[in-house]
Amino acid sequence: MRQIWIIAKRELQSFFDSLIAYIMMIAFLGFSGFFTWLYGGDVFFVGQASLQTFFEVAYWTLFFFIPALTMRLFAEENRSGTIELLLTRPVSDWQVVTGKFLSTVILIAIALLLTVPYYITVANIGNIDHGAVITGYLGLILMSAAYISIGIYTSSITNNQIVAFLLTIFIGIFFHLICGILAHSMGGTMGTFFNYLSLQNHFNSIARGVIDSRDIIYFASIITLGLVATEATLARRNASK
Amino acid sequence: MDIIVKNLTKTYGSQKAVDNISFHLKQGEILGFLGPNGAGKTTTMKAISCFIAPTSGEIEVGGYSVKENPDKVKSLLGYLPESNPLYTDMGVIDYLKYVAELQKVPKEKVKSRVAEMIAVCGLEAEKHKIIGELSKGYRQRVGLAQAMIHDPEVLILDEPTTGLDPNQIIEIRELIKRIGREKTVILSSHILAEVEATCDRILIINKGSIVADGSYETLSKKATSSEIIHVGIEGGEFDTVYQALKELPTIAMVDVKSAEENTFDIQSKPDMVSAKAIFDLCVENKWYLSQLTPIETKLEDIFHELTAN
Ligand SMILES: Nc1ncnc2c1ncn2[C@@H]1O[C@H](COP(=O)(O)OP(=O)(O)OP(=O)(O)O)[C@@H](O)[C@H]1O
Ligand SMILES: [Mg+2]
Repeated sequence: MRQIWIIAKRELQSFFDSLIAYIMMIAFLGFSGFFTWLYGGDVFFVGQASLQTFFEVAYWTLFFFIPALTMRLFAEENRSGTIELLLTRPVSDWQVVTGKFLSTVILIAIALLLTVPYYITVANIGNIDHGAVITGYLGLILMSAAYISIGIYTSSITNNQIVAFLLTIFIGIFFHLICGILAHSMGGTMGTFFNYLSLQNHFNSIARGVIDSRDIIYFASIITLGLVATEATLARRNASK
Repeated sequence: MDIIVKNLTKTYGSQKAVDNISFHLKQGEILGFLGPNGAGKTTTMKAISCFIAPTSGEIEVGGYSVKENPDKVKSLLGYLPESNPLYTDMGVIDYLKYVAELQKVPKEKVKSRVAEMIAVCGLEAEKHKIIGELSKGYRQRVGLAQAMIHDPEVLILDEPTTGLDPNQIIEIRELIKRIGREKTVILSSHILAEVEATCDRILIINKGSIVADGSYETLSKKATSSEIIHVGIEGGEFDTVYQALKELPTIAMVDVKSAEENTFDIQSKPDMVSAKAIFDLCVENKWYLSQLTPIETKLEDIFHELTAN
């Protein structure tokens, strides 16, 4: 556990040193703030105290920001060869993977924490469904974690950050949109299948305030799958290609 | 701490990068790893450092198997990879601290170890820079510093002195020798003089197989069963001298170096010595010797003989 934390700490440090962390947070707060307060579902006009718009916007902002955060994590180590130094330390491949995963989850959690003032302000305007807010945040964290684990995986299979970024977006679009569309147009068992795969469905159902174990299992499986696949990629250096 | 390599083989696709090599290195030995490009030196070192798993064979460091106890083995050894990869966006001190933490150096000792490594590797003047700003030689020093930060029992250094200036090369060699008195060191190099100067034992590999293993003395004895002497003879005609030398019974071959100066390289027959015969020959003919030096086989020659196709 200590080793995981040491790795996570370094990655976090690197996010802040390279300014990516600041850029990401400012943009995230800016976007979500702008849309929440000024544009469209203007809380003052709707007259209803809800963070629904905020969650929707945060969701899409993270959709583009997370790949930009994760693309570096392994691709850069692969390119520069530092992966060799890292993996010859007394750490297991799994600790390296989870350390990097944790660093990004923490960064996102910090960004989300910074939006708590939005919540407090809105709560002052009118009656807010506190439960829905909490589950909304939970949904964002789960969705981010799942997406981060996908991003880490794509980063591990290449030494080019741009490739990692695009691959993550691509996989993201599949889970976010295409599954939903396919589910709609297909119906039947295939429809149910794609419906279950759709990240947005699970996010929406959590954000509405219902915590269903199926949604949790869904996110947990994506996270595990991504991390295990990453570990497998690291182990491939041992295979006789 | 001993390193035992048993029948190590590593294949990449159809190519055998390392082919069934075995050796046993004892504590307090410094092993010099020699071999032409692509011989399999780096591959062997990567396998010992647990970066790549062997295709077959066993490696033990201090009694711990690389396969079963990689974490233990990794904590015992310090490794400097060939290309010396570093996080270029980190500061020198931050980086060394990070590695010290990963290597489980006790918290209260991290600072003093980092300071010590900075002093030992001559990084004092550059320690506040970002690694990306350092010159190649200084980066190499950071690479060495990170390898030794936890005072490892075993050091694996892949071409440690590349890019260093001559002063630093000497310092690092001395350092390696000092460390090698108590610890176990493997280093690879293409500078034969360096290996000769620092290592107790030399291992030459070629195309994945060991072709020589032993101290410099044993290798040079093995490589030359017959002596070679460089002689210069004056006071006689070139042709007569040359002819007379060739007829000496102990001499196998006479190689003319310079006809004007009457100098020759003479190879004796196996296990024979020719110095006395040459001297007597000169006395007999009233010539005199201007030169008579035995030529030592250099590591270069041994290397060339064993690895040239
Ligand atoms: N990742 C890899 N994939 C495929 N082949 C590889 C890989 N790494 C090494 N090889 C091959 O294995 C052989 C041994 O390489 P190795 O790096 O061990 O040589 P070396 O003795 O260190 O050479 P040098 O003196 O040039 O550093 C080479 O033929 C090389 O092409
Ligand atoms: Mg090499």
